[in-house]
Amino acid sequence: MISKKKYIIVFLITAGIFAVAFIVSNYINDKRYEVIKTTADKISIDILSLETQFELFQESSCASLANPVLSDEINALADRLSYAENQRGINDDDVITLKKYYSLLEIKDYLVMKKVDKRCDVNPISILYFYTNDEGCEDCAKQGYVLTKLRSDHPLLRIYSFDYDLDLNAIKTLITINKIPKDSLPALVIEGKTYTKFQSVEDIRKIIPALAATSSATSTQATTTPRK
Amino acid sequence: MALYSSTILYIALFFGLYYQIFLLVTFFEKEEENNLSEKKKYEPTVTIIVPCFNESKTVAKTVLSLLKLNYPKEKLFITVVDDGSSDSTYEEALKIASLGNIRVLRQKNSGKYVALNKGIEMSESEIVGCLDADSTVAPGTLQKMLPYFLQDKVVAVTPAMKVHNPKTLLQRIQNAEYNIGILLKKIMGKLDAIHVTPGPFSLFKKSVFKEIGYFRHAHNTEDMEIAFRIQHHHYRIANCPQGFVYTITPPTFKKLYKQRVRWTYGFLKNAIDYRHMFFNKKYGNIGTLTLPFAIISIITAFLVISNSLYHFSSYVVETIQRYTITGITFNWFSFDPFFFNTSSITLLTFTMLCSSFTIILLAWSMVEGKARITRDIVYFVALYGFIAPLWLAKASWNTITSKAVSWR
Repeated sequence: MISKKKYIIVFLITAGIFAVAFIVSNYINDKRYEVIKTTADKISIDILSLETQFELFQESSCASLANPVLSDEINALADRLSYAENQRGINDDDVITLKKYYSLLEIKDYLVMKKVDKRCDVNPISILYFYTNDEGCEDCAKQGYVLTKLRSDHPLLRIYSFDYDLDLNAIKTLITINKIPKDSLPALVIEGKTYTKFQSVEDIRKIIPALAATSSATSTQATTTPRK
Repeated sequence: MALYSSTILYIALFFGLYYQIFLLVTFFEKEEENNLSEKKKYEPTVTIIVPCFNESKTVAKTVLSLLKLNYPKEKLFITVVDDGSSDSTYEEALKIASLGNIRVLRQKNSGKYVALNKGIEMSESEIVGCLDADSTVAPGTLQKMLPYFLQDKVVAVTPAMKVHNPKTLLQRIQNAEYNIGILLKKIMGKLDAIHVTPGPFSLFKKSVFKEIGYFRHAHNTEDMEIAFRIQHHHYRIANCPQGFVYTITPPTFKKLYKQRVRWTYGFLKNAIDYRHMFFNKKYGNIGTLTLPFAIISIITAFLVISNSLYHFSSYVVETIQRYTITGITFNWFSFDPFFFNTSSITLLTFTMLCSSFTIILLAWSMVEGKARITRDIVYFVALYGFIAPLWLAKASWNTITSKAVSWR
């Protein structure tokens, strides 16, 4: 004898478990979004503070400028953003907004560092990295591995990564300035020169001989690598 | 691809969870008549048929275990049917024939179902049972099983099957599987949804064979087909979880694989033969639960394993690619709760695993008297999911291509 009631009750229990799983997962994802946003806001304040500090002390000595290198939080932000992108998908609106925010922070940091370098001759080593999440760019994933390796070997290396397809005018301007066509991705910009297609660890070390000297440095700064 | 695989996973998880919750709810439901073994007594005449084919090493042990049953000797009859063995099975059986009401028959090799039918036809007992020659029975089993026949419409009673002296890794995995099977059989018995009356010591009312017919070849799974047929005729199959039967299980993968391909193939072919029972309320829970979920579980096993293989191979390819490009690097493990995977699929998988563990521990508590995680459970959880899809795939392929599976 079939107990219809039992079939329905079990269905409701199962549906209830599914609903709870979705609600809990969404709640935690929202919390994650808040954490990323808070970190990004803090970094934004840090950059603004650095920029202001730089303006205030323009006439005084470089020694009076606080440590221009940003905290490790931008690295953590990159990793968390990458994780969120992986979990929620590259088309998630919140993820796209955060990526835009993060990309702007990177550009801002890049510009501030250039100013600091000009005034105080700190000579930061930086790489602009352009990638795409499109299936066609197999080398983008490989390039990501190479940059992650360099970032861990050379803590002073500043890697700024940009999603080529992100709808952000500032990135489009960077692409135009550095003349990067989409079919040449992945692309790196090192000391104003553009290098297209995959570059190995050895290739990059040849381009930046100073990298060898930075591996023993203590300060850390790097950004994200693309995820496929 | 990602959307496709996650949708499939959600569907598989929903069905999996639904089935497990259904089992747990049924397990904890109050039984109308529980512990019949202790409450009632029923002592009819019983004939146990032992079909053998090249079982010279085990037939005597099997028959002796029947002679040790706590049951009035004048009411217990044993019929050994040698199915044309090429070894000394017949002679071994004759040696012990004088120890009780034992009859030894011999036939030209015609298959187990013919041997069983021969024994049933010659029996004059009210109850007939069969016992494979690779199994032995605990002394109290028969007495515990018989009172279940007093229930309305019950024409067959199945025992609780345990693995005899598990030694090898595979036998230990099977030990866990059989113990879980005892719990599941109990639940299925409560639902009147048992779809197999296993060779080792299932009992039948003899009269039922006259009414619904005798054993058939049934794709070498006559014990499954007779259960389908009983259910088809709206009779009931009860389960006696206290009546233990010990069976020798395949010690090697090759033998286990062969056995399971036969079982799964037999199930699929019989399910096709009895397809009118699927989703048919007329046949009770076997039509709406057992049969559909058995098929769904086979499909789910394929999907889950192919999905896991896809992700695992992607990970391996990515890791090799990474190391080829950058060399081997060591990253210290650092725990950050932010990266704790809390996707809905992960949470649901975790819930299902908890539910599976509950079922396993309930089974251990019921069978072994204590809910604890043993080595056998660890082996089962770690390996069964990898080996079972192999015979499921082979049996499914044979079913699709209509390639019959041999007994041995």
